[in-house]
Amino acid sequence: MKLKRYAAPAVIAITAALALSACASNEGGAPAAGGSSDAAASTLTGTLTGIGSSAQGSAQEAWIAAFQTANPDVTVNYDPQGSGAGRESFISGASAFAGSDSALNDDELAGSFASCAPDTKAIDLPVYISPIAVVFNVEGVKDLNLDATTIANIFSGKITTWNDPAIAALNADATLPSAPITAVHRSDDSGTTKNFTDYLGKVAPEAWAEKAADAFPFQSGEGAQGTSGVIQAVTNGVNTIGYADASKAGDLGVAKIKVGDEFVEYTAEGAAAVVEESPLVEGREANDLAVALDRSTTDPSHYPLVLVSYAIACQEYADAAQADLVKAYIGYIASEEGQQVAADAAGAAPLSADLSSKVAAAIETIK
Amino acid sequence: MTTAPVKPAAPPRLKAKQRPGDRIFSTATVAAGSLILVTLAAVTIFLIAQSIPAFTAEPGDLKGGAENFWAYVGPLVFGTIWAAFLALLIAVPLAIGIALFISHYAPRRLAQGLGYVIDLLAAVPSVVFGLWGITVLAPFVQPFWSTLVDLFGWFPLFAGPVSGTGRTILTVAIVLAVMILPIITALSREIFLQTPKLHEEAALALGATRWEMIRTAVLPFGRPGIVSASMLGLGRALGETMAVAMVLSPQVLISFALLQSTNPTTIAANIALNFPEAHGVGVNVLIATGLILFVITFAVNFIARAIVNRRKAFSGAN
Amino acid sequence: MTTTTTPPTRQAEPIANSLTTGILPKYVPWLLLVTSWVIVGSVFVILMAAGVNENFNVVGAVFFGTVLWVIVNYVVSRVYEGPRPAMNRFVTSLVSLAFVIALLPLISLLYTVISNGIPRFDLPFFSESMRNVVGEGGGALHAIVGTLEITGMATLISVPVGLLTAIYLVEYGRGHLARAITFLVDVMTGIPSIVAGLFAFAFFALILNQPGIRFGFGGAVALSVLMIPVVVRSSEEMLKLVPNELREAAYALGVPKWLTIVKVVLPTSIAGITTGVMLAISRVIGETAPLLIIAGFTQSMNYNLFSERMMTLPVFVYTQYANQGTDAQAYLDRAWAGALTLVVIVMALNLVARIVAKVFSPKLGR
Repeated sequence: MKLKRYAAPAVIAITAALALSACASNEGGAPAAGGSSDAAASTLTGTLTGIGSSAQGSAQEAWIAAFQTANPDVTVNYDPQGSGAGRESFISGASAFAGSDSALNDDELAGSFASCAPDTKAIDLPVYISPIAVVFNVEGVKDLNLDATTIANIFSGKITTWNDPAIAALNADATLPSAPITAVHRSDDSGTTKNFTDYLGKVAPEAWAEKAADAFPFQSGEGAQGTSGVIQAVTNGVNTIGYADASKAGDLGVAKIKVGDEFVEYTAEGAAAVVEESPLVEGREANDLAVALDRSTTDPSHYPLVLVSYAIACQEYADAAQADLVKAYIGYIASEEGQQVAADAAGAAPLSADLSSKVAAAIETIK
Repeated sequence: MTTAPVKPAAPPRLKAKQRPGDRIFSTATVAAGSLILVTLAAVTIFLIAQSIPAFTAEPGDLKGGAENFWAYVGPLVFGTIWAAFLALLIAVPLAIGIALFISHYAPRRLAQGLGYVIDLLAAVPSVVFGLWGITVLAPFVQPFWSTLVDLFGWFPLFAGPVSGTGRTILTVAIVLAVMILPIITALSREIFLQTPKLHEEAALALGATRWEMIRTAVLPFGRPGIVSASMLGLGRALGETMAVAMVLSPQVLISFALLQSTNPTTIAANIALNFPEAHGVGVNVLIATGLILFVITFAVNFIARAIVNRRKAFSGAN
Repeated sequence: MTTTTTPPTRQAEPIANSLTTGILPKYVPWLLLVTSWVIVGSVFVILMAAGVNENFNVVGAVFFGTVLWVIVNYVVSRVYEGPRPAMNRFVTSLVSLAFVIALLPLISLLYTVISNGIPRFDLPFFSESMRNVVGEGGGALHAIVGTLEITGMATLISVPVGLLTAIYLVEYGRGHLARAITFLVDVMTGIPSIVAGLFAFAFFALILNQPGIRFGFGGAVALSVLMIPVVVRSSEEMLKLVPNELREAAYALGVPKWLTIVKVVLPTSIAGITTGVMLAISRVIGETAPLLIIAGFTQSMNYNLFSERMMTLPVFVYTQYANQGTDAQAYLDRAWAGALTLVVIVMALNLVARIVAKVFSPKLGR
């Protein structure tokens, strides 16, 4: 009875909250900014849920913002739980599409997919390409040239000081301090680590024997949570080096990577070029565009330290309404406009025209 | 023993009429009390239920490729205890000092205000401590750690190479120490204030200096309280999550080095960092580590409370 | 040495000189402190001039200066006053230092939070969510609403349960059950917050059979697990303070026991209980780990406690820090503004709680 007294403030707080919440000024109602013909033309309605790669996270944020503005009756939820979780929940039917830093593997393809029509398979569509930068923060050093072997030795803990002969040999002009190297890697599972280690393993197999994996394989160096954790650690630390999505590198020094005989700085074009010229994985469905990246390219216009992330969708959905939404949304993502949004918001490398049209053709076949 | 003094003195068995209101009300209170027992039991049962798949987890499901669950959780347990122990090592002497300052040194009128200032530390949410630790404290202490390694690198605890970011277990221990300072201080202060006045005055009358009075009268009286306060602080430090998760550079390994890049992480931080992306058996593994943390903290708190309860005067002092 | 023991403090000046001889005047320690700072400071200046290091010498100077002071103070006192007063001075300086050291992180923390939090502590921060926001702008309204709802729900669960338990312990309980509850409540105060989150997750994942469940109500349950023991402890203390005479007077008038409790005991202790509840709220409102696990995070407003993810302020701070976008500064600014909001809320709760305790029940306040 008296409890009401105590409950009262809480109830007031909640009602106040609800009253207050009537006005998240950027939510609800028609989009004030985008009151263009687009909004009127869209007839799509419903909710679309995707789960997956956190690397795609900020790009998805931007895509969702733009897509929801254009289609005000659609709500897209993208939950960056990680690639593994994304594929798993897609297979179990908890989400309509998955974002994943690696394509479905053969085991997964052999199984069935709950949200797809019976006996149909899922397809991998490359939608997000991002160069990975090797960032460093060393006093007095502006430019740094590194080859894969040296990077491998730094991150596996074999090279421990900045004035190591191996580094000095590549950087004749730089004055390298005799300070110890703090190599920062991702402490969480991540597609960035997988692509980074894949690159090292392919290009410098004698220095990096580990298999490509989401988790960093060595118990040396410093771990940091997430891309921004790595960036923070490298920025705030001294004599640090790390790897992260190039878009987040900011003011940090970025090492040039040896490709062929030259040292190459990352560029969006270089990243897109590698993906463009890499062959597709063989033995897949016609519309499955899983890419087998050519890391050991020697063409200096390529930047092979790159992350490709996929949107995984059904070839045929059990629910036709979902199919329409997925088609519209992924179609938007892969379009030139969508890729540009990702480039602006997340520093992604836009798909090349050729790949883009292949993806678009594959999306057209989704039903 | 807890309720004896205030028990409404029941008149000698003149059985009052049992009114429905009385019965409902007393049943409700018993139910609420029992709910707490049920909750604790439920915590244990559900954690165990969700942990079972983890105990038979394959190496592939465990991060870092440990061969079984116990090999995986071992370093985490070590890290948890090691970090909490370091924090305690820093916090306890400091807390005793502060408690003495407030109870016996500071001017009487200021004492309560000063106590409140220390309590403010307890009010700061742990995520804010984490933010502060990583953006302010870690860069601040890094040069000191660097110097420490240069000068005392021969000593195993301070062995190099020094971390270039300051995100080491010693930094974490400092943050943890700051976080558990208020609870240890508050409890110790309560106990110091309960020292019998006559003992203190007797010591002073015999010509003792203030410190001698404290040493001979206050500290012996307060010792069990200090022990249990430290245990409660230890319990807090063991379970602290966000500050560790945000500041530490984590590895799943056993290492005593304080200033290196590779630090043993703690159970709680490991859960917080990996849970959002965990799936399948990974979730069960994390819950199972949580169960182990629960068991450890339960034991620590159990012992602490048992000590406190032996001296009833301290109970409720937090 | 006839005056072997000098009474510790407060000398009456005019009385015999024999008592004050051998005691350093009050200003000496302060003088020594300043002198040591100056000495170490000048050493640092010389070192800097020699080009050894130029970074953190203010901190270093104060630190080493203070260390020097502790030593010099001891030595001077020992020479002039003798070993025992010297020891006394030594401990006094250490104890005072301990307090100052504890203040440093508090001041640094408050300063950092305020100075970093102010830039985004503006109107949009409290009127917008993060939906469709990329980079700059946006706000934490969805997180604030989430925090209010989840904490409110946790309070709704914890206060009745906690208060009734406290009533049971004080008014009814005896024997094994009461003793077990008292003890386990104490132990329960030490449950790590993340374990509470895991419990709520394990509980609802099993009961509702959704392996990846995230929703606001689960967060409220997790917080309740943390909050109930605090409410029980504080309410119990307050109920115990109600004088027995009041209860006996009510019984004598023929009032049933439950009405006595509701009409006499509770109103008497209401201020103290309210204080306890507010302190309990302030303890759980800043919890991050359990909510990260069971309530998840989202960019959009969600009013419904029972479905879908719900953002809360501490998780907002954490995710803004941990998932920075391309324009990192905007995310960091939001994180600090969130932290500032959180600190303000918690401190306000603390303050109000203490005022309630002071104003409404001056006799019961500790």
